[in-house]
Amino acid sequence: MLWSKELPGANVVVRGARVLDPTAGIDATLEVRIDDGVVAAVAERVDANEHRVVDGKGLVLAPAFVDPHVHLRTPGREDEETLASGTAAAAAGGYCAILAMPNTDPVVDTAATLGALVESAKDDAVVPTGFLAAITRGQAGEELTDMGELAELGAVAFSDDGVPVTSAGLMRRALQYAATTGRPLALHCEEPSLSHGGHVHEGAVAAELGFAGYPSVAESVMVERDLSLAAAEEQPLHLLHLSAAESVAALRRAREHGVPASGEVTPHHLVLTDDAVRSLDPNVKMNPPLRAERDRTALVDALRDGTIEAIATDHAPHARHEKDVPFEAAPFGVTGLETAFAVLYTELVEPGILALETLLERMSAGPARIFGLERPRIAPGVRANLVLIDPQGVTRVTENSFRSRSANSWLLGRALTSRIVMTIANGAVVQE
Amino acid sequence: MKPVRLVHDDLRPPAPPPRRHLISIADLARDDVERLLGTARTFATSLEREVKKLPTLKGRLVVNLFYESSTRTSSSFELAAKRLSADTLTVKSAGSSVDKGESLKDTALTLGAYDPDVIVIRHPHIGAPQLVARETSAHVVNAGDGTHQHPTQALLDLYTLQQELGRLDGLHVAIVGDVLHSRVARSLVQAFALVSIRCTLVGPPALLPHGLGAETTTDIGAIRDADVVYVLRMQNERIQAGANYVPSLREYTARWGITPERLRPGQKVMHPGPMNRGVEIDPRVADSADALIERQVRSGLVVRMAALYDVLTGGPVGVRALAAAEVA
Repeated sequence: MLWSKELPGANVVVRGARVLDPTAGIDATLEVRIDDGVVAAVAERVDANEHRVVDGKGLVLAPAFVDPHVHLRTPGREDEETLASGTAAAAAGGYCAILAMPNTDPVVDTAATLGALVESAKDDAVVPTGFLAAITRGQAGEELTDMGELAELGAVAFSDDGVPVTSAGLMRRALQYAATTGRPLALHCEEPSLSHGGHVHEGAVAAELGFAGYPSVAESVMVERDLSLAAAEEQPLHLLHLSAAESVAALRRAREHGVPASGEVTPHHLVLTDDAVRSLDPNVKMNPPLRAERDRTALVDALRDGTIEAIATDHAPHARHEKDVPFEAAPFGVTGLETAFAVLYTELVEPGILALETLLERMSAGPARIFGLERPRIAPGVRANLVLIDPQGVTRVTENSFRSRSANSWLLGRALTSRIVMTIANGAVVQE
Repeated sequence: MKPVRLVHDDLRPPAPPPRRHLISIADLARDDVERLLGTARTFATSLEREVKKLPTLKGRLVVNLFYESSTRTSSSFELAAKRLSADTLTVKSAGSSVDKGESLKDTALTLGAYDPDVIVIRHPHIGAPQLVARETSAHVVNAGDGTHQHPTQALLDLYTLQQELGRLDGLHVAIVGDVLHSRVARSLVQAFALVSIRCTLVGPPALLPHGLGAETTTDIGAIRDADVVYVLRMQNERIQAGANYVPSLREYTARWGITPERLRPGQKVMHPGPMNRGVEIDPRVADSADALIERQVRSGLVVRMAALYDVLTGGPVGVRALAAAEVA
């Protein structure tokens, strides 16, 4: 279900690093040897076997990250991102796997389009990449795609991300049919008649600045609807980019009642509130919008207690000239692959709000579990999917620091604590 | 390209003063408001003379960039600039390269190439003036950006209130109508707070945003307590089919229209224009002696002269000195 180009397997020994795999319960200073891309030994002392030796003193070696929600803009907007540039950005951010959304031009809704993407990934992707296919043809919300065929070709899941599935009846049919493919639905929850025309969270900031409001209830009413349908059909679903406290409460309640639902949250919703919109910087315009402080803290709490199992960047590259316009005219979306770990480390781990272990779990094992991917781990015999992190390092975010083709980051100009030193994805060193 | 300036480095001020724009009332302090109103009063005196033109901004270029239709705002900015002897250039989106799809940024860069001293901009998008300020070296005056701000309207309303009621502190103004979509209301709420005017927002629930920091009520009876009733334009697009902000214009007029019966005798009425007579305001009210609407238009000229002057001179000291030197 994941594809990338063939790269030479690494022959590396990492010595002196704190090996941290919270899911496996490993936290010790260990040495790790990788032979031809496969973890060969994890022990207090391993032979170097003439491999290249990386000094990991003061660094953390962890399972590499999995991003279940990126936009690679291919096909259609290769000026904004390509499989090559998007996966290079992922490598820079410490990822060993990413899942691309199907809202491209054309939409990934046929075997031909998906097949072409898979072939491109085999040529161009430096980090293993999976693809979601659309729930409805053209994401028009009217007819289901040929989910069986798409799943057979390797679609990881189905999503109309970018737009909601407005019809409850169609959503029910999608849940029923997707069950036969064994692939989950990933849902963008937005009731368009409530969000209609909204650019900014409906609250004091939108009232003061004059923006049409996009209220929390526009998300939560759809979350409640879809959770009810999932409960009735006893089918799994995944809630994309949650933003509102009410949505989180609904997800928590549903999970307590045994509904097989999962959720994800983005770095920007964990760190920013609608207060950031006062800058009128188009790089803080996203859908769903940044919400109030109580929403932000509810998201952090849900991430901590496991109600939200995954951190997703919703990496959404945009051409510079399209963001260089007044806020209202700018498209929704910001990039995130290259800054996700560093900003969350800076804003949540360093101040003691979130344990490093939790952050690592929600960026790797959590999303892998939701989408049925093999969990990146540090154990003899598995392909190496590792990230080496310098917690004392600095990540400077500038216009020219990106491997992504786009620079619409809300972190431009910031110096973040921690740095990705090396990424090994599917056995190959893809970043150092 | 910047012109080469033959100034000895040691004659330059240690750091250039920050460029001054007038984009939002939120950027102003009470001192700024009082300075602007004071300058406007000075200009009002000068306009009473037989020759109304002042040499104050001679040689300066003021560009009026209007992306939305406007009568009073664009005409008063143009006249304000001319009364101060500035060169003016008015660009309207219709008939310009904007029609050909040119972006605001590119239009700003194009006009910026003429080195204008001031760009006055009206635009349907919130934040357009900030973009122009970022992309050009001109002083930017916001003549209305979407539903965000219309600072010179708020200033001219304060000027009118001060002239007509003799004070600002402690007044109570009820703003009635479509507050949600009104840039005038947003600027007024902030301006009133700066000068200690009590403000009550009155209108249908879907048109009253929460969080503006003013009292809100749907009860039209609340206007009776106010010294002044400020009536907002009921925009036609708000009552189009499917919008459902209010059931119908008829119902709006019946419940929130300003009629003589709803006013106390002597209660003053204001309106930013253009009016929908018979919708938000009864023609008898619009034409009564207590309506300050024409006074507002008159104030617009001197307040916009003050705004242009203020952004180009900067700082209260500079303003007073220059005002004394050039107006006297």
